[in-house]
Amino acid sequence: MPDDRTKRITLTSIRQLWEAGTRREFLRVAALGGGAVLLPTMFAACGNDNGNPSEPPPSEGVTLDLSSDPGVLNYAYALEQLEAAYYTQVAQAFYAGITPEEQLVLTDIMGHEVIHRDFLAGVLGSAKIPDLAVDFAGANVDFGSRFSVLSTAKVFEDGGVAAYNGAGKLLKDVNNLLVAGKIVSVEARHAAAIRDLLRPGTRDFAGDDVVDPSGLDQAIDAGFLLQDSALGQFITTPINVIS
Amino acid sequence: MDQTHSILDTVEPDVMARVVSRRGAIRQGSGASSAVIAGLAMASVPVAIAALARDAYAQATAPSIIDVLNFALTLEYLEDEFYRTGLAASVAATLLPPELTAIEQVSKHEAAHVQFLLNTIPALGGTPVAKPTFDFTAAGAFPDVFSNKATFLALAQAFEDTGVRAYKGQAGNVASNAAVLTAALQIHSVEARHASQIRRLRGQKGWITNNDSGGLPPQAQAVYDGEENTVHAGVDAAPLGANVGGAPAVTEAFDEPLTMEQVLAIAGLFITG
Repeated sequence: MPDDRTKRITLTSIRQLWEAGTRREFLRVAALGGGAVLLPTMFAACGNDNGNPSEPPPSEGVTLDLSSDPGVLNYAYALEQLEAAYYTQVAQAFYAGITPEEQLVLTDIMGHEVIHRDFLAGVLGSAKIPDLAVDFAGANVDFGSRFSVLSTAKVFEDGGVAAYNGAGKLLKDVNNLLVAGKIVSVEARHAAAIRDLLRPGTRDFAGDDVVDPSGLDQAIDAGFLLQDSALGQFITTPINVIS
Repeated sequence: MDQTHSILDTVEPDVMARVVSRRGAIRQGSGASSAVIAGLAMASVPVAIAALARDAYAQATAPSIIDVLNFALTLEYLEDEFYRTGLAASVAATLLPPELTAIEQVSKHEAAHVQFLLNTIPALGGTPVAKPTFDFTAAGAFPDVFSNKATFLALAQAFEDTGVRAYKGQAGNVASNAAVLTAALQIHSVEARHASQIRRLRGQKGWITNNDSGGLPPQAQAVYDGEENTVHAGVDAAPLGANVGGAPAVTEAFDEPLTMEQVLAIAGLFITG
């Protein structure tokens, strides 16, 4: 689908949004539902710019309003939808030569992500976002390749951890924060296991690439992950993040 | 406040007397049944409450952010000293390369967590608690903790799984400060990575099924009690496992919190002053 719907803009700095050409392109592609870096601060920048307040919202797609708990939980729901879809496809035809340990880990994780997805759907009820369209083949995932499957799983699990860690502060109800906490540590357990399958017996389970010198895991701002990270590339449904 | 008080120094004297006598009871009953140990753990709940900083005690409400961070610091002191001691003891030479590598990485992170909290607490206007004195044999219950790999890794698993539950239980108590909450979550997930790896090195799944301690000594059961819960935010998730492993899978998919009191009851087994 090589049209504007799938076009991505790369912004190297927020300042580019103030540059007229970039900003027009940003709004045009955003309006068409294409992917772009949609940091909340960038949205604020658009709103403050006098350009064109009547610029239409995305004609289709999903809006995540992170100023409310249902919006944040929908963000989590989006991630869990993506993960559940991924592992379901992995488990439909495991790559050749898979070990019993690898199959156990991947099957367990599939179950956990399906449970997370369906649980959040139940909690959100009528407030839940629609099912997202995902595309793994277009992102060059090779389900027949051990390395491709596990490397992609690593992106999902590390990304999930970073997303939940970054979104916790947005939740206003401590009961929702607790639920997110119950899920994120399981994602971190997954991340460690997947990383250890990829590089057995090394420090990678909590590697220096994800844990900083203060011993802190990653935390990524909500929105950024879905729009501009390696993880976001798998979702084809346009997602509009507002904060 | 002076610089040398530990979290147990804040305990009222009469309560401290009970702690001491409880330790005597544990010592006498080193072969005690899990029911006895559980009973002792229950009896320590008032002690643990008293172990909160005086301010929180007086307020009789949720602990302050400083209280929570000092609680976290106490746990990190415990973990840091545990791994540091293990790596310098005879048990280290018996670890297989993947085990040694994991313990070294975990140890590095626990030391970093201690330092992070020692930096953060004063920055927020608080005074860090002093490092307690630890007895990782738990008054003789684990005499070979630093010479027997099985015991050492079992306790490592218990400490990491406890750490996950401890931070989770305090998230709501630091939610008023976004930076502290985020940092706490960032430590929380690192503890979970550690737990997963140590569990898998022990031949366990990286995640917790029901309240299964995975072959840990009965004294560690309190670390896993409650993990069998399937009700979250008022929703029973058990039916959601119907096609993907059933209710046990649902218990794996969610980790459960422990209260500060529950955690201190566990940690208290290894704290002598």
